[in-house]
Amino acid sequence: METLLNDFSVGLFFMQAIILLIVILLMRKFAWKPILDALQTREDGIQNALDSAENAKLEMQNLQADNDKLLKEARAEREAMLKEARELKNKMIDDAKTEAQAQANTMVAQAQAAIESEKKSAMAELKNHVAGLSIEIAEKVVRQELANKDKQLELVESMLGDAKLN
Amino acid sequence: MYNLIGAGLIVIGGGIGLGQIGGKAMESIARQPEAAGKIQTAMIIIGALLEGLAFGALILGK
Amino acid sequence: MVATKSIKFLVVFVLALTSFSAFAQDDAVENNLVDSPDEIRAYISHHLKDSHDFHLYTDNASGKHYGFALPVIVWTSKGLKTFMSSAFHHDDNGTVVVDKGDAKLVKYHSKIYELDANATTLSFDEAHHPTNASKVIDFSITKSVFGMLLTGLLMLLGFGALARGYKKGNTIPKGFSRVLEPLVIYVRDEIARPNIGEKKYRKFMGFLLTVFFFIWILNILGLTPLGFNVTGQIAVTACLAIFTMIIYMVSGTKDFWAHTLWMPGVPVILRPVLAVIELVGFVIIKPFSLLVRLFANITAGHFVVMSLMALMITMKASFGPAVSTGMSLVLSLFIMFIELLVAFLQAFIFTMLSSLFIGMAVEEHDDH
Repeated sequence: METLLNDFSVGLFFMQAIILLIVILLMRKFAWKPILDALQTREDGIQNALDSAENAKLEMQNLQADNDKLLKEARAEREAMLKEARELKNKMIDDAKTEAQAQANTMVAQAQAAIESEKKSAMAELKNHVAGLSIEIAEKVVRQELANKDKQLELVESMLGDAKLN
Repeated sequence: MYNLIGAGLIVIGGGIGLGQIGGKAMESIARQPEAAGKIQTAMIIIGALLEGLAFGALILGK
Repeated sequence: MVATKSIKFLVVFVLALTSFSAFAQDDAVENNLVDSPDEIRAYISHHLKDSHDFHLYTDNASGKHYGFALPVIVWTSKGLKTFMSSAFHHDDNGTVVVDKGDAKLVKYHSKIYELDANATTLSFDEAHHPTNASKVIDFSITKSVFGMLLTGLLMLLGFGALARGYKKGNTIPKGFSRVLEPLVIYVRDEIARPNIGEKKYRKFMGFLLTVFFFIWILNILGLTPLGFNVTGQIAVTACLAIFTMIIYMVSGTKDFWAHTLWMPGVPVILRPVLAVIELVGFVIIKPFSLLVRLFANITAGHFVVMSLMALMITMKASFGPAVSTGMSLVLSLFIMFIELLVAFLQAFIFTMLSSLFIGMAVEEHDDH
């Protein structure tokens, strides 16, 4: 302790105090203040950048979700449209089919009716024709047969006989 | 002569103290490696306080 | 780019130092080398003290000293006296008397004494204390003061460059500043912020950063062959510790003083006792432990390194030159690495404890 006190130099203490004070003041003014300020601003900047990046990420996520939703909606809409179109197509085809069927049916019926009436008229004509022919033939035959009296009488007789039988 | 014996005693005491601090700090670091930084700082501070005590005694005895 | 600049600076600096070797002396009588244990002890204790000239190397064969003289400024009983330390002709035993008209000054064991009016030479008692001379207040630019000025200059240059870099708009520093920036951030985030608190740390950053780098650079300078032992001067560490004390005493909050002087929650009879204990703790014990720790660590470090270097001389007789040199090299290299760590650690501890004490003083107790 004694040697230490002996070594203690008041002058050195004094010089050190002055130098330290000056160094502290100078460093504060020319170094620490600008350095700490710059570090602070830089850290604030980094914090802001990080925050905004985080925000952007969230926004992106939201956007992504929106996109997904939109996409889903669009897909559903397309699906619905396709379905509708398919239904419409089927309906059109069905309609066309039934219409065609009906038309065909009426056409067939008309044709049948026409055929029937043609047939009827043809039959009637045929009948008339046959009747005419048979009368003509009968006329001719009768003329031939009734050329002599005997035969006439014989015929009358047979007819009368038939008539009796009836 | 006597202050040499005193210095020896101080060094023994300081050594025991530092050993305790270091050993316990190691144990805590092994138990909780994630707190190693904090433990180290605390260890150094307490070690420094002990060192101040020991040096103070050594110098008073010199 | 910066590296070459720094190398150039270093070269110029070293040249400037060696070119001051102008005061080659012819009266250096110690032509024999330092080789006995007593001489080594004397050499080491001489080194551990402050000195009045910047002495790098002595060529014993030619008696030439390499280094330069520093100004001596002393306050004697006859007023302020200034002269260059070369006036002492490297004498450290009180034999050369510098006559400054009315005051006769001698240098003995790195201290300057003023001879009594009727004395012509210094005389000693059995304990080698001068008997016919009185101490003067020594404001000289000693080696330590020179070291402090150099450190201050280095800090201003280095950190000034860092600050200018920011001002120029580089958000990221370049070159050597890139090394300094993380150190500043380290002091702020690891030392000041956790101990003082987020709100108040800013006010003390100037002191803490300055003290941290001041001590660290001086500690490292002490490890160079320039031979500074600034932080091993008790006056220097005392000054640093007293600065810390003044700062935490001045910035103490009302809460702090209330807790120190009139501790709530303890019986009234005990309160004055506690107040005395706390006051003694804050005014004497804490600064004392701060100053003693730094001083003792650095002094012990220098002592050990020099002793291990001296091993190559003291062990030469018993082991031969090769073995003793090798042993001394290996051991002193090893201790040198530890000293490098201690240089940082002591700066860290000093700053850490300072901020801890400041933190205690500015803390706000809102729990009761």
